[in-house]
Amino acid sequence: MASSEAIPDFKKSPDAGGSVASMSGLAAGPGIKSAREAAIIALVAVIVIGGAELLLLAFAVPQYVLPRPSEIARALVTDFHLIAPHLGHTLVELLSGFTIGAVTGLVLAAIITQFPFAEKIITPYTLLLVTTPMLALVPLLILRFGFGYEPRIIAVALAAGPMVMINATTGFRRVDSAKIALARSYGASTLQIFWKIRAPMALPMIFVGLMVGSIFGLLTAVGAEMVGGGFGLGNRLTSYSSMIQMPQFFAVVVILSFLGILIYMIFFLLAKRYASWEA
Amino acid sequence: MSATRESQSPKLRVTGATKVYHTRSGDLLAIDDCSLTIADGEIVSIVGPSGSGKTTLLWAMSGLHGLTRGEIALDGQPIRGPHPDISMVFQDANLLPWRTIDANVRFPFEIKGEKPDQAWIDQLMHRVGLEGFGQRMPRELSGGMQQRVALVRALSFKPSVLLMDEPFGALDAFTREEMNHLIEEIYLDTRTTIVLVTHSIDEAIFLSDRIVVMTARPGRIGNIHRVPFERPRSLEMMGTKEVFDLSHTIKSEIVGDQISKARHRQGASALSSLS
Repeated sequence: MASSEAIPDFKKSPDAGGSVASMSGLAAGPGIKSAREAAIIALVAVIVIGGAELLLLAFAVPQYVLPRPSEIARALVTDFHLIAPHLGHTLVELLSGFTIGAVTGLVLAAIITQFPFAEKIITPYTLLLVTTPMLALVPLLILRFGFGYEPRIIAVALAAGPMVMINATTGFRRVDSAKIALARSYGASTLQIFWKIRAPMALPMIFVGLMVGSIFGLLTAVGAEMVGGGFGLGNRLTSYSSMIQMPQFFAVVVILSFLGILIYMIFFLLAKRYASWEA
Repeated sequence: MSATRESQSPKLRVTGATKVYHTRSGDLLAIDDCSLTIADGEIVSIVGPSGSGKTTLLWAMSGLHGLTRGEIALDGQPIRGPHPDISMVFQDANLLPWRTIDANVRFPFEIKGEKPDQAWIDQLMHRVGLEGFGQRMPRELSGGMQQRVALVRALSFKPSVLLMDEPFGALDAFTREEMNHLIEEIYLDTRTTIVLVTHSIDEAIFLSDRIVVMTARPGRIGNIHRVPFERPRSLEMMGTKEVFDLSHTIKSEIVGDQISKARHRQGASALSSLS
């Protein structure tokens, strides 16, 4: 039996590191409790948007500088059929790039955390990928892959993957030695310990990674579309601004905002459903 | 009667158990040449000052940690890792917070790839008063209830040896007493061999057939006290002079050991300051 061991930490209790399931301060809101609260929130929204409308009207701000909310709303309705196909393109790039990046990131995180030395070797490169804006690579990718989906999907995967990986790694590293000892006392194999202890413990952090990764993926997809190629929401932004169609430009911005919020909500609700046990 | 039980082949036999931990500040001898036999159906408590290697010895019995030298045998067979007949109750309830109570109790069976003995589990859940809590999450339960779930989980697959590592240390005094009664009740039913590491001498006296006092740095087996009281034991028994005397003896052994070692250290430092 092993003669060279460090003193085990018998008393180690789960260190949740705060409730990760609440994701961030953005999600810390307590939820709407009454009709009165809902009414006040709606009223403030009306005042903000209506105030912007009135101010822009009062100071006679030209449409090409800043369009009024009503003009943006009108453009959103009348020109939606023109914007919708581009939304579809952006979604294709985002979904395929994110799926490739997230799966790769998760698998790599699961593997490297099993081998601490491999983790030390790989971590600098992960950090490099996380901190380098993948947009910088897009012109290069376009040279190689042309103006189609490919360079954008690659850029999205490269932006989302490392984000997922770095958060998932943190999750998998949150070892609770007492729970692993519990599983081992029933004769659990390494694989069983991974699926029944490590993976569930990492789940809250994995959701954080997926959420941050998907938002980074969206930013990168739109950015890549602005660099080159004739389709996608990013392309519409450059195109509308060059034609000084500002209501349409802001309509695209509004669609992008809603897309971002939708992605955030999806992962927030998933995390609430499947990883809220530590909150 | 216990004497005849002991003369039978022992359930657990610890022979010359020694464990050295390697730390940055040098090797640390945690337990040194500990030998102990535990009879089938016996409850043995291990008490001693902190750092006396109680937990190290217990974890070695569970097969979760190895020994540097020596051997631990169950039914005559040396233990070389976790054993399906040995179950462990940990310091805190150690439930998996993402699983319901039912799923926590089923966990050992999932790992072993066996079908849960639902009738026995239901009986245990009833016994510990947790009927109807199966679908709750651990965080919805109090500390005492969580530790009762841990007990049900540990007994769910009918182990022949139950190891308990300061299982009720985090509970308040009243809950602790309840748990002790519960353990004895279940013990009288199952006659499972129990080894209990505890800081509470009263708990040790209430539950044990024998109490092993360990000495600190290095951890060695000191005196072993027989607890001669009839089961089921009662609160009245705990108020008798015999219990008080036994408790006092054990306490002075533990504290005396620490004080004499501290005096020895002081004496040594006084000498070194003289030179």
